[in-house]
Amino acid sequence: MSVIGSIAARPLRFRPHLSGIWMLAVAGAAMACLPLGYLLVRAAEADADAWSRVLSDGTLRLLLNTAALAAAVTAASAALALPIAYLTERTDLPFARWWRSATIMPLAIPSYVGAFAFIIALGPNGSLQSLLAPLGVQSIPEIYGFFGAWLTLTLFTFPYLLLVIRAGLRDLDPAIEESARSLGQTAWGAFWRVTVPQLRVPLAAGSLLVALYVISDFGAVSMMQFDTFTRAIYIRFGSAFDRSSVAVLCLVLVALVFVVLAIDWSQRRNARYHRVGSGTARAPRLIGLRRLRWPALIGLALVTSIALVVPVAVLFHWLSVGLQSGETFPGVWSAALNSVYASALAGGVTVAVSVPIAIVVVRRPGMLSRLVDRAAYVGYALPGVVVAFALIFFSLRAVPGLYQTIAVLIFAYAVLFLPQAISGLRSSLVRVQPGIEEASRALNRNSWQTFFSVTLPLIAPGVLAGFALVFLTTMKELPATLLLAPIEFDTLATNLWGHQEDVFFARAAASGLLLLVCAALPMIILFGNDRGLRT
Amino acid sequence: MTSLYARLRLILCLVLVAGLAIALSACGDDAQQAQEDAGQLTIYSGRGESLVGPLIERFEELTGISVRIRYAGTAELAVAILEEGDRSPADVYYAQDAGALAALAENGALTPLPDDLTGNVPDGFADASGYWVATSGRARVLIISPDRVPDPPSSVFDLVEPEWRGRVGWAPTNGSFQAFVTAMRQIHGEETTEQWLRGMIANDVRVYPKNSPQVQAVHDGELDIGLVNHYYLIRQTSVDDDWHGANHFTDAGEAGALINIAGVALLRASDNDKNALRFIEFLLSEEGQTYFREETFEYPVAAGVEAWPTLVPLDELDPPSLALTSLSDLEGTLELLERVGALP
Repeated sequence: MSVIGSIAARPLRFRPHLSGIWMLAVAGAAMACLPLGYLLVRAAEADADAWSRVLSDGTLRLLLNTAALAAAVTAASAALALPIAYLTERTDLPFARWWRSATIMPLAIPSYVGAFAFIIALGPNGSLQSLLAPLGVQSIPEIYGFFGAWLTLTLFTFPYLLLVIRAGLRDLDPAIEESARSLGQTAWGAFWRVTVPQLRVPLAAGSLLVALYVISDFGAVSMMQFDTFTRAIYIRFGSAFDRSSVAVLCLVLVALVFVVLAIDWSQRRNARYHRVGSGTARAPRLIGLRRLRWPALIGLALVTSIALVVPVAVLFHWLSVGLQSGETFPGVWSAALNSVYASALAGGVTVAVSVPIAIVVVRRPGMLSRLVDRAAYVGYALPGVVVAFALIFFSLRAVPGLYQTIAVLIFAYAVLFLPQAISGLRSSLVRVQPGIEEASRALNRNSWQTFFSVTLPLIAPGVLAGFALVFLTTMKELPATLLLAPIEFDTLATNLWGHQEDVFFARAAASGLLLLVCAALPMIILFGNDRGLRT
Repeated sequence: MTSLYARLRLILCLVLVAGLAIALSACGDDAQQAQEDAGQLTIYSGRGESLVGPLIERFEELTGISVRIRYAGTAELAVAILEEGDRSPADVYYAQDAGALAALAENGALTPLPDDLTGNVPDGFADASGYWVATSGRARVLIISPDRVPDPPSSVFDLVEPEWRGRVGWAPTNGSFQAFVTAMRQIHGEETTEQWLRGMIANDVRVYPKNSPQVQAVHDGELDIGLVNHYYLIRQTSVDDDWHGANHFTDAGEAGALINIAGVALLRASDNDKNALRFIEFLLSEEGQTYFREETFEYPVAAGVEAWPTLVPLDELDPPSLALTSLSDLEGTLELLERVGALP
């Protein structure tokens, strides 16, 4: 009875003018759940054999492997992202502007390229081994397996956390830290006791992004030969062409994702992170690094050199070998244009879809908004190829005229990457005082006007972070692009894959390097030339 | 803050403009397509653009037919075709292996080809019911380091000997490897195959994600013997004379001497049979077959074209006698590979 009572007490909150935003939010979440519908349809066709296979010991081992990898990568990513975000945003780090761009760039390296580069550089008899051999080092740790998958995924996914934390830091009112300092805390103490707890929302959102990315990744785990669920799914459909048994496996994966989402939910508190009272946040005073300057620089250089310089060096090596043998690079420019175009469109559309979801999640807490939020993660955690099959299934039935057009492709990107945009937005939105919006409403602006003239400018850093995340991830997206793009719509990622698959390494390298450049330019424009709020 | 917002608005405007531009250009494309409808062909190719792109261009030149082609993984495309059903925009499916073709045939997604096309190739290189035809072949070989393996084994079954402990590589997720294991099950029986697989694992076989890294690994000195297809090495030696490695053919008649194929099929969903058949004819013509010999270093299978000079000719290879369609029993192979621990 108490449940009914609490629901009955609620309707006051659902004011009529809000129904529009609820409809948009629910529609966005439903969109992300389309693949789940497809999986249920296909799994219903599965025979008892497929189900009994799922209940075997092998499946349990895969689940444990996947969960362990996701946990280890997430922990390591947080350990990297938090200090890097703080160093580049809040300290007098030399070349901070440059570091801000450089530390995000690993995101543009597809995990299969990164893994391949690591195998060449760090594998048995690789470049590092031959460098160390004269020093008497006989063998280095085995790169294949858990270690390699963990290293690769950590270095190429920690920027997800970094971007979200950085947006959170930019929105953070420095007055809180200054109060802590004035109450006798050291800079270090203020960081741990005030800044980090205030970053709880971006930390949780970013961790979720990393963990679910790891669960859905195929490139790194297949190169490093570590058995995760996604790898098993790929192997199964690639060999047996049996859609129903793949669907059954995917449903187990979805169950794992729900467990991760439940863990994340239990960590969230109903805390308030925005300012109360008068005044607005202003630019923070930069903290002098003094003696820590060199260790900080060396640490950053180490991370970027492994995550960025190693893959780039391998790509350059292939390119130079190819150039010497007179290799040509057909179609690489139009692919670059297609990549940037599709990624920008995906970024814009995904952010637009995520805004209503982020608003109801932050502003209208309750059962429905919780459901909407969780549902948005379903598409993201599934292997891209499964989402592609789902959209073939639905688009040919619902909108056959749009099948294999840019519209369905962008829709697929939105299904896949919606949570990235939401994470960016949410951490900014929690800092906006509802009072400001209410004041705007009181001054006779309707909810749309209020959103565009008040809320949107205030959450701009989060919008930008969300856009950047989706843009970068779309740049390297492969399986959905291969199947859903308009026919002959080549992107840099598909070129890179095709040439690498055919062992035309020089052409693959040209596409890979161009992909990095195309990803870097927007990042430099967005994040390069300002420091935090001091604009 | 304001400048951030200004930039955000700029981005939104750019995205909108770009979206409009593409929408308009897409409309233009449609009009153009309608005009050319008489001479079009849509291909789903599991074979890469670097491999078959030039051949497609040549076909367009010769026939004036405008080809639209989607490149992706053979398996992904097969599942996509099944998912598309009767609405599939594709006319022709060009696959990297017989297993995917057989799966589509079983699911009723293909139309049988005329006898003059399937009769063009040696026995066993076309489906018995005519649902697909091979366009080129690739032999399973051992890639070896001639320096470190002066006396290579004559059979894959010798690789479980202590002599080769930790020196041999395989790629259990690779389609060609799985086809080879399927062939071994068919020829030598389940028990022998399981024994061999367990023997290889006990002998510390090194696992690779696919074939090409094994060729690289033999070159780098990381590996002495790899179970691969014949053409990876020729591809490397044709651009780099100093590339280290040699192809070694195992005993005739055993699974190690399997010839795998790439093949084409006509989709049932296609209403464009004429152009589709012209394309398949072209692949099997002397020009098409010569391309496979000269450019992809595969075995030609039709029109009397000879194999690449450094290769043992196809008719001397004497591959194991088994129908390539029987290689579609991948399910059993996967279960076996999983049971012995070669696959997750």
